[in-house]
Amino acid sequence: MKADPSAVATGVHFIDGDEACAEGAIAAGCRFVAGYPITPSTEVVEHIARRFPKIGGMFIQMEDEIASSICIQGAVWAGCKSMTVTSGPGFSLMMEHVGLAAITETPCVFVNVQRGGPSTGLPTLPGQADVMQARWGSHGDYEIIALAPSTPQECFDHIITAFNLAEKYRVPVFFMMDECVGHMLGKVRIPAADRIEIAERKFTTRKPGEYLPFKVYEGDQPEMVKAGMGHNIHVTGLTHDERGYPAMNAEAQDRLITRLCRKILDHTDEIAMYEEDGIDGSDVTIVSYGITSRVAARAVELARAQGIKVGLLRLITLWPFSDRLIQDVASKTKSLIVAEMNMGQMVLEVERAVHGKVPVHLMGSAGGAIIEPEAILARIKEVAS
Amino acid sequence: MTTKPVNPVEPLLRMDRIPHIWCPGCGIGTSVNCFARAIEKADIPHDKLHVVSGIGCTGRVAGYVNLDSFHTTHGRAIPFATGLALARPEAKVVVYSGDGDMFAIGGNHFIHAARRNVDLTVICVNNLTYGMTGGQVTPTTPLSAKASTMPYGNFEDTFNLPNLAEACGAVFVARWTVFHVRQLVRSMTKALQRKGFTFIEIIAPCPTLYQRRNKLGDGAATLKYYKEKSIIKNGASTAEAGLGFQSEIVVGEFVERERPTFTENYAARMKEVLGASFVPYEGPK
Repeated sequence: MKADPSAVATGVHFIDGDEACAEGAIAAGCRFVAGYPITPSTEVVEHIARRFPKIGGMFIQMEDEIASSICIQGAVWAGCKSMTVTSGPGFSLMMEHVGLAAITETPCVFVNVQRGGPSTGLPTLPGQADVMQARWGSHGDYEIIALAPSTPQECFDHIITAFNLAEKYRVPVFFMMDECVGHMLGKVRIPAADRIEIAERKFTTRKPGEYLPFKVYEGDQPEMVKAGMGHNIHVTGLTHDERGYPAMNAEAQDRLITRLCRKILDHTDEIAMYEEDGIDGSDVTIVSYGITSRVAARAVELARAQGIKVGLLRLITLWPFSDRLIQDVASKTKSLIVAEMNMGQMVLEVERAVHGKVPVHLMGSAGGAIIEPEAILARIKEVAS
Repeated sequence: MTTKPVNPVEPLLRMDRIPHIWCPGCGIGTSVNCFARAIEKADIPHDKLHVVSGIGCTGRVAGYVNLDSFHTTHGRAIPFATGLALARPEAKVVVYSGDGDMFAIGGNHFIHAARRNVDLTVICVNNLTYGMTGGQVTPTTPLSAKASTMPYGNFEDTFNLPNLAEACGAVFVARWTVFHVRQLVRSMTKALQRKGFTFIEIIAPCPTLYQRRNKLGDGAATLKYYKEKSIIKNGASTAEAGLGFQSEIVVGEFVERERPTFTENYAARMKEVLGASFVPYEGPK
């Protein structure tokens, strides 16, 4: 279906990534947001607080991030598309409800405008060190989807993708921004509403008595439902059977957890979004994401000007991680450098997927400032020589 | 021809999940029985009534009521219910949980939902202990009572729940024991029919853990204690409703007042400031 024209701010804007994210969420059909103030994500909820009363949305500033991250799930079961927004310390508090959303298959979006950590860390300065937390942060086995935008325009475009994926796969989706992207001003083109494709929540059409809320009738997902449809659903964070009833045994655990993982992993390549440039036949390829990938693009330009054959793979989807994509890249280049604003997180996945086929190097940092293009260039020269 | 008699509360229970997990003499089942009767009396359509629970013995209530029901995380039933209630204003959302869940790990959410006057009916079965995990001390375990993590007797002061609820802004506050089933049904009915944050505390036995550890007899002995030591004082000051070990129990309806709800305040403010450009939230699109 198409976006709601009465809500979409069609036009060309000069706004920051946080505001673009808020506008994208609105375009995606999000009408319920719960959040708690935290730098550098606060501008997202501030913008939502200004806009929602004019478009029929409901925003509430909750008492903390624990509350925010479950409040949105109550709204999802009322039928809303919902989102919460935070940064590192709040993201840590939300992990309890990442698990709840995963096991109850509640489609929702968690935005994390990353800053330097751990703990209070660097509230006003960037980091990319929460990408593993997005994947593994809650206890237990589950799969999620995570996207990393690199410009304000992508904050708008891909938060819509995030909402659409949440609906399609009935999964919490993480939108892994960073302080730079969040506070960076840029041109954001918001298309007409009829040019914005959004996923409609598909509610079951089965009658009460003929519907089980956690039974897969077709495809990989159970059919969605909301409170008040007459099905008397039961939704629990306990391991449950197809009726949604608690089932405390290894067989039920195996059936549920395997399905929760497979419904994402079996679609890894469909979910994988990326951009590649000049990889085939290169001596070295940079793998990067988010703000660091923009810096990497500049480093690639500088290296090519010096005659070095260098490619760039920019990941937009971080999770699920596409081994096939990395293996394909590894077959076309002589070495890889993973550039990221952390002490080495996605590089571990790249190494695992490449499995020794070509050397994999880290261009990392502890965060607090973007990695300079010259630093990446120096690393390219070192590796290429 | 004879027909098998049906208990009037059966349609409100998930009979395919009975027998329940609660111990003999536990008060939670009695409270659910009263709740089912109150739902009928309050005459709320079942598709507009949702139950949200946290974790623990009382947290299992959501799993037994034949309504749209949500069994969430420990202490977080209230913020989940807040999202559900704000996003579906035509429904009545009930939070049903225990003293440990709602006032220890979930205490922060309770005080803020009451302050905002979110349209919720909050029912707390206060059995003075954590039952599911084996009888640890909670914020309502009376002074000197023994608990598995207070083996020499509790030395922490307790919450007076009606007083806390009133101070935070609840528009209706009542307390009964599971001995007072008729009064409880009446108060639950009233709470369900009212707009805003309504709170009912139900004092209930946990014979397996609290009563046994404190040598207080079984469920029946506890009901006898409730009968003998309860003092019905409707309109009493909640400040006088504190509980001590085997003390007198002040019960009744303590608070009834009007306050605009979160949703009403939101709409009023936005209308005043934004005028015609205010678009009220009217459910999910």
